[in-house]
Amino acid sequence: MRTVSLTVNDVPHEFELDPRELLVYVLRERLGLTGTVVGCDTSSCGACTVLLDGESVKSCTVLGVQADGHEITTIEGLAESGALHPLQESFHEHHALQCGYCTSGMVLAAVSLLAENPSPSEDEIRHALEGNICRCTGYQNIVDAIGAVAQ
Amino acid sequence: MIPAPFDYEVAESVDNAIELLGTREETKVLAGGHSLLPLLRLRLTRPSLLVDVGRLDLSYVRDAGDSIAIGALTRHHDVATAPLLQEHNPLMSFAAGLIGDPQVRHRGTIGGSLAHGDPASDLPAVVLALDGEIDIAGPNGVRTVRAAEFFRGVFETAVGPQELVTEVRVPKLIGDHVWSYLKFRHRAQDWATVGVAAVARRSNGGVADAAIALVNMGATPLRAGAAEAAWIAGAADPGVEADAKTEPPSDTNGSADYRRHLARVLVRRAVEEAEAR
Repeated sequence: MRTVSLTVNDVPHEFELDPRELLVYVLRERLGLTGTVVGCDTSSCGACTVLLDGESVKSCTVLGVQADGHEITTIEGLAESGALHPLQESFHEHHALQCGYCTSGMVLAAVSLLAENPSPSEDEIRHALEGNICRCTGYQNIVDAIGAVAQ
Repeated sequence: MIPAPFDYEVAESVDNAIELLGTREETKVLAGGHSLLPLLRLRLTRPSLLVDVGRLDLSYVRDAGDSIAIGALTRHHDVATAPLLQEHNPLMSFAAGLIGDPQVRHRGTIGGSLAHGDPASDLPAVVLALDGEIDIAGPNGVRTVRAAEFFRGVFETAVGPQELVTEVRVPKLIGDHVWSYLKFRHRAQDWATVGVAAVARRSNGGVADAAIALVNMGATPLRAGAAEAAWIAGAADPGVEADAKTEPPSDTNGSADYRRHLARVLVRRAVEEAEAR
C-alpha cells in the first residue's frame, strides 16, 4: 500500500492505495463520486473521463498512485455555488443527452477542449470528441451544445 | 477489470530507475501507462514490479542544432503542439496529433510509444521515416540507436530489460521538404489498419532523399524501399510496389491482402498530398 494525496474537486484527500487500484475506482468506491462511470473498461469509450490538472484523461487508464499530488475534477466538481457549469447548462438546453451514460465524460472532454481552445470550429469540436462514444448517437446535439458555449 | 497485484516504485532519477529495474525479474517501466495499463487490466502481462518513471524531468522539446531533441516523457499532446516541431518537423507534430484521442494524448508519451514497439503505432513509423535517433540509458551509461536498428519485432525493441529510453531526436527538415502522414482506421481513435509516413526534399523538379515508412505492415514499422525509389524516379504511381517485402497481419480490422491494397493506395495518396503541400 502507498500513501497518496489527491485533491478531488478542490478537496484534499489522503488514501492508502494498492498500486493496482485504478483512479476511476478511487473516485467511485472510496469517494462515492459515481458521476464518473465505467463504460468499456478498455480506454475506448471515454465515459470515465475526468480532468487531471485541468486536462481530460480516461480514469480507467490511470493508476491512483500515478495521480499522487495532482488535482482531479469530476462532473460533481463543475457546478459552483449550486449553479450549473455553462457546459452543463448548454447540454440541458440543447438536449445533448438521451440515456446520459456518456454525458459526464462528454462534458469533461468539452471543458478540457475549451480550456485549450476557447473558440473551436465545429470540425475541431468533433475531433475533440474522438475519445468519447455516445451509443444513443446523440452527437449532433452534443456538438451543438459545445458550440453554443464556445461562441 | 483490475490488474493482478504488482509492486510499485517511483523512480527518483534515471539512474535510480535503472537500479530499480535490476532488482528483480519481470519488471516493467511505467510512463503514461497508455500501452501498459490496458495490457495489465487484461492480464496479458503480469510484471512483479512497475517502475514509475513518470516523475522524471524528461519532458521537453529542445533545439539541438541540426535536430530537435524530444524528452522521452514528452506527451503526444506536447509533441503535437510544440512550436519547435511545428516549425522544423511538422510531420512529427502532425502525426502525434493523430494518435488515439485527446485523452490518450494527454497521458501517452513518445518514449513509451517507441519502447512498447507496437507495429500499429504511429510514431515508430514516423521516427523510422525521419531516420531518428533514440537514446537508451542502462547500467553502462547512455547509448544511441538509430530508428532503423531500434525496432526488432512485435513488442520487441533494442531496449533491454534494465534500460530506459531517455530521448528521441529527429532532424530539422531544412530546405524545401514535402511530407504526409496518412492512416486508415475504422473509428477515429483506433490504431492504424495501415499508416504511411512520407517525407522528401524537392530537388530539380522532382524529389530527393525520399523516405516512406509503413505502419502495421509487418512485425515492425517498415521502410517501403521500392516505393521510395519509384517516387524519386518520378513514377506515375509510386504506390504500385508499396507492399513489396512486407508481411502484414490478418486480424479483425483487415486481411493481409486488404492491408497490401491499403498500403499501395495510401502511399500513392501520401505522395500526392506531400507534393501538393
